[in-house]
Amino acid sequence: MTTSRSRRSDSGPRSPLPGAQAAAGSSGNGLAGRVVAGLRRVRWPSAGWLLVIPAVVLLGGVLGVPLWQSFWRSIQTVIPLGEPGTPGFTLDHYRSLFTDGVTLKVLARTAKAAAIVTIVTLILGYPYAYLMTRVGPRARGVLVVLVLMPFWTSALARNFGWLILLYDGGLVQSLLGLFGFENVTLYGTAAGVTLAMSQVLLPYMVLPLFSALGGIDRRLLLAARSLGSPPLVAFWKVYWPLSRGGVAAGLILVFTLACGFYVTPALIGSPRESLVAQLLGQRTTQLLDFAGAGALGTLVLVITLVLVAWANRVGGSVATIGVSVAGQTRSAR
Amino acid sequence: MTTIAPPDDQRTSAADVSTPPARRRRGRGADPTPIWLGIIGALVALYLVLPTLIVIPMSFSEATTFVFPPKGNSLWLYRNFFTGDKWLESLQNSFVVAVLAAVLATAVGTSAALGLHQLRGRVARLIRSVLMFPILTPSIVIATAVYISFLKWHLTGTLTGYVFAHAALATPLVLVSVTSALGTFDATYLRASASLGASPWRSFLTVTLPLISRGVATGAVLAFVTSFDEVVIALFLRSPKFQTLPVQMYNSVVVDIDPTIAASSSLIVVTVSLIFLVALLVGARKQRR
Repeated sequence: MTTSRSRRSDSGPRSPLPGAQAAAGSSGNGLAGRVVAGLRRVRWPSAGWLLVIPAVVLLGGVLGVPLWQSFWRSIQTVIPLGEPGTPGFTLDHYRSLFTDGVTLKVLARTAKAAAIVTIVTLILGYPYAYLMTRVGPRARGVLVVLVLMPFWTSALARNFGWLILLYDGGLVQSLLGLFGFENVTLYGTAAGVTLAMSQVLLPYMVLPLFSALGGIDRRLLLAARSLGSPPLVAFWKVYWPLSRGGVAAGLILVFTLACGFYVTPALIGSPRESLVAQLLGQRTTQLLDFAGAGALGTLVLVITLVLVAWANRVGGSVATIGVSVAGQTRSAR
Repeated sequence: MTTIAPPDDQRTSAADVSTPPARRRRGRGADPTPIWLGIIGALVALYLVLPTLIVIPMSFSEATTFVFPPKGNSLWLYRNFFTGDKWLESLQNSFVVAVLAAVLATAVGTSAALGLHQLRGRVARLIRSVLMFPILTPSIVIATAVYISFLKWHLTGTLTGYVFAHAALATPLVLVSVTSALGTFDATYLRASASLGASPWRSFLTVTLPLISRGVATGAVLAFVTSFDEVVIALFLRSPKFQTLPVQMYNSVVVDIDPTIAASSSLIVVTVSLIFLVALLVGARKQRR
């Protein structure tokens, strides 16, 4: 922000095309010269706006228009194919989300699954992020690469890996058997889906946490200890409150992303326990209930955007985190 | 796998050795890193890595099921992959889509980053956040909406449809990585080149582009990988005639129970990891310089 401000002050109100005059000057006097001179007198939108247009057109055309059409369909009455008449305004599609008895149940199940995933990532991510603040730069590099691993590996390869691990008779089941939990079924259960989803979402918890924990002055903790506080009390009273911003951002981020998962529940979970993303897909491709899908999609989108705005307010821009993950070393989608 | 997790401890000690002895002693004595923390870190690291790495031994299996541990030692899954029409064709589709989508997204995203870099004010900020929209929106919401509209526009199951959808999805990634490269870009260079008579286009090619090339390249790689990996939209846009590799892999689990997915997975994991490790190493060396 500060750099952009200083840049503005030193480039001043000058033309955004610094070479425009040089280029125009070389075109001589004739008709072309007069046209160029005339064009120069017109107040063109600054070059900046022209450069933004392709992106706005691409995203607007490919994503904006379909999302708008989907919303538009969701507030209009459905006219059976082949019958005359113009669609009118209605909120029935939204009303039926709350009254069809299925949607609310699936939404509640999704929220519960997402909440469990969020807590699991916090429990695993907090010590990991803390460890990242304690080790040297090289080890930290290794830890960052490892945490970004789920990020850059193909979603299907990763889900296939989980499928192998969780299959009946697979590695995880045998491992649990060693600890005395015989024949725990994970494939096709919510627990298996939770394990797989938490792995993918761990980077979104660890990275905001790491940036929050990295800013905490550890000497505060040492001071508390030297004043006689037991380690756990010192952590709870000094360290934890200072880390709450990062924790909140991570919690909201992971919860939001978890609500939209489609492939993992479809591959590892059971069709009887589908989450909201599968319900949306099913309404679209199998039931061809485009208006109902539009209503559900709009609802999910609104919930997501509210949560994202909240996370942005609590700590760190979600978009930056998403991309610094992706970008930095990547990341992630 | 175990060789990947423990480096934490080794690296720590290596880093400690390089610090002056006095500081090291103080660090160890008053405020040591507890061992349990290292153990938890190693376990979490294993949890992060294992599901990805397990596909590699699976790809050498002789069995026709997904059961671990793999039986035998053979390359027949790879042979399947490289001789089966379905697999090779979807790999080719994925590659073409990803290259075209990456080119489109890189051009459009770089242009937008340059434009927004010159613009100030509320509208520019609004446009920037609107362009970030695809990152935050659940892909299933995008996928269903795009599917219905593309049906009407006859774009489902076409190369054009895939390229546009993936390019739109990847544009924000390019935007962000080029924007961060522009953060260190000094605009006085542009005025210098203009005062020496360079046209804006020439200034861009000879001054701006070389200076932001790393951001552009990162963006292009991200865009390529995003498109190459994208499953959800691809699942909705597929047609029997045109589908991408992730869709084929999805089908091989859900429909066909075809273990060739193990070979396909490990090829992707190894290739993409190599791309990222090279990018990381190159980036790290540049930074050090």
